Amino acid sequence: MAERVIALKKKIKLYALSTCGWCKKTKKFLDDNYVEYEYEYVDLLTGAERERVMTEVDRWNPRRSFPTIVIDDSQVIIGYNEDRLREALEL
Amino acid sequence: MSPHSPEAQALYERLKREAEAAGYYLNPDVDFVLDLMEGLLTNEKRYGYWACPCRLAEGVREKDLDIICPCDYRDADLDEYGACYCALYVSEDIARGERKPQPVPERRGTVPGPSATEHEEELVGFTKSGIPVWRCKVCGYLCARPQPPLKCPICKADRDRFERFA
Ligand code: SF4
Repeated sequence: MAERVIALKKKIKLYALSTCGWCKKTKKFLDDNYVEYEYEYVDLLTGAERERVMTEVDRWNPRRSFPTIVIDDSQVIIGYNEDRLREALEL
Repeated sequence: MSPHSPEAQALYERLKREAEAAGYYLNPDVDFVLDLMEGLLTNEKRYGYWACPCRLAEGVREKDLDIICPCDYRDADLDEYGACYCALYVSEDIARGERKPQPVPERRGTVPGPSATEHEEELVGFTKSGIPVWRCKVCGYLCARPQPPLKCPICKADRDRFERFA
């Protein structure tokens, strides 16, 4: 499993809400597959911090919905989509 | 052991009872639903109302009115996808486990689909809003909305028992 993390050097950013069921499923999917990723619970942010992160989300997903997963700053997956995640992350 | 709070459990039981009494169904994945119950309770504490757990609330009631659970989009999404955006409410076949709920695209902020405009040319009667009125042929229940409900909330008759009334 450690090799997988090393082999798979994709930069993954997950924008999520701490209260959302699909976001939780997405996180669990990444964890279960030993994928390294950064995440941001946008609902826990306030003020300028939230604004800044939402501008990032907006760039990839103007609907501003969650989860939004950005891969290698070049690809976005909106919503919990296991097939697309598998494909993008070569799982 | 379930990691969920007794409050979440109690809310689940209440919403399940209320849903079933009104012709709706909760997602049969109880763990998933209990997570959403925790989300609703968190949002109730944060904002004072049940902001949708899967959407980013502003925290100002007037701005979040359309996403207070059950949100304005639930029935349209049940119609089109068999689940609400959070997959808390699902269609009958999903509730029975015959089909799995699929993620639903965000409807909020989109222009209403054909279901809302379908009846445009037939507008008659007393609804200045342009929304059709549907009548349950079984019990006479009337409702004004783009489409009849999946089940009559009063007598539980199926949607196909409704007729266009106005
Ligand atoms: S999407 Fe479902 S859970 Fe979210 S507010 Fe609407 S009805 Fe409630």
